[in-house]
Amino acid sequence: MKLLTLNFLTCARKSCKSSPAAFPLHPKDAELEQVETEMNAVFLRNILPRLEWEAMRSITTELGLPNLPAETPASEDLVEKDGNGDGDGKDDEAAAGPSQIARDLHALLMETCIASGKLVCGNCGHEYAVKEGIANFLLPSHMV
Amino acid sequence: MTLFLPRLCDAISLLRFENPAERSPGHGSVVLVTITARSVRNTELMRIQNIDERHIQPQYIVMLPTPSTSHVNYDHIYEPAEDSYLLLDTLASSTETKFLEDRFAPATASPLVLEVGTGSGVVLAFVTAHAEIIFGRSDITTIGTDVNFFACEATAETVRVAVTEQARAGKIPGHFVDCINSDLTTALRHGSVDVLIFNPPYVPTEALPEARSNQEALDGSALQAAFERDSHLLALSYAGGAEGMETTDRLLDQLPDVLSKRGVAYVLLCKQNRPEAVLKRVREGPGGWNAKVVGTSGQKAGWERLCILRIWRP
Ligand SMILES: C[S@@+](CC[C@H](N)C(=O)[O-])C[C@H]1O[C@@H](n2cnc3c(N)ncnc32)[C@H](O)[C@@H]1O
Repeated sequence: MKLLTLNFLTCARKSCKSSPAAFPLHPKDAELEQVETEMNAVFLRNILPRLEWEAMRSITTELGLPNLPAETPASEDLVEKDGNGDGDGKDDEAAAGPSQIARDLHALLMETCIASGKLVCGNCGHEYAVKEGIANFLLPSHMV
Repeated sequence: MTLFLPRLCDAISLLRFENPAERSPGHGSVVLVTITARSVRNTELMRIQNIDERHIQPQYIVMLPTPSTSHVNYDHIYEPAEDSYLLLDTLASSTETKFLEDRFAPATASPLVLEVGTGSGVVLAFVTAHAEIIFGRSDITTIGTDVNFFACEATAETVRVAVTEQARAGKIPGHFVDCINSDLTTALRHGSVDVLIFNPPYVPTEALPEARSNQEALDGSALQAAFERDSHLLALSYAGGAEGMETTDRLLDQLPDVLSKRGVAYVLLCKQNRPEAVLKRVREGPGGWNAKVVGTSGQKAGWERLCILRIWRP
């Protein structure tokens, strides 16, 4: 599963839903793999406001991946600064291509996958298994 | 929706969506594209397509191909059927693409689309691949859930194939992340989902198949055990319990929590589910939600008359 997915998931137990500790889930014994995908600048720009930056930062730290910047990057940080220099942002974007930050973010969110391991709820401690890249959030009936 | 095509080659590349060989009746999704007078001469278009002039002005019909599911094992995964295709056609209809484009205007944050119960993945693959046509933007994020582990695997593959196909045709598809093996929306963060799609197990049955943990479901190497597992998984895909509504009722209850402020849900119902009662319940519930029938099928006589409800926050 992609790291971006963790931005949208919490513990599945009803009693954990309102607890801040149930998000983000904490990866444990995670085996990572890198799966190449096409990068899309517009997508990156418009996913930025959806990211729980602190949460994504803590996940990358826990996984031992390079640290994300302290603050959410601004959308202009996603394009190379030295564009064609005419100050027209659009042309610059096309001419300049993605910045290092954009490429790192793409590699992290869309290409870094948890192939297997566990996701642990910080509130109740329940561990969800990830196998063959698929996370299992089914709960035994007594835990729902 | 209206697409303005500045050049003839754009029109031709749009026409590539249409591949009559790939669809059997009812298995395609129609998109109406207005072609402006300046964009292309009718004669050229007709020659390319060899179609009736009536179909060109003012709107031209484009077929979006149904994603391939040839790799899916229907022994334990729901096979795309009339209900699946009704969802595809409804989501690609001009009223829905217009609604979605207006609600999720370009340059707003990337909408998150969740399909609950993806089965083969045919619907999620369609929405992901054709995001540009359906939402007027390709920067959408899509995610799925299913109680059936095999369905999760199949969905990832179906989306991958459809997206690769789009990219090969020079189109920019949406962004699928994962299919989570889970019950309905329980794994999702509250307020995170912008568009929810659900083709539920809707057939009225005595009871719902009992819930089983994955371990029980996946154990069993013996033929008998595999057979039982498969029939259990197939039962999960259609059996809806009382009035066929037991699972759908639970999903409807989750909508206010899981949907975002701009959230909208598409839920398929059959006649026995009493769609009028569901409409009434949503409209009269707290929060002043809207509900409307936006797609129907089952003109042929038969007990399975289907409709699709669009349910959205005011
Ligand atoms: C009628 S099939 C639809 C499959 C596919 N979306 C389509 O349209 O062809 C219903 C699907 O919902 C899944 N399902 C049933 N109960 C579920 C639940 N509680 N949570 C998630 N998925 C569920 C089934 O496994 C099945 O894949």
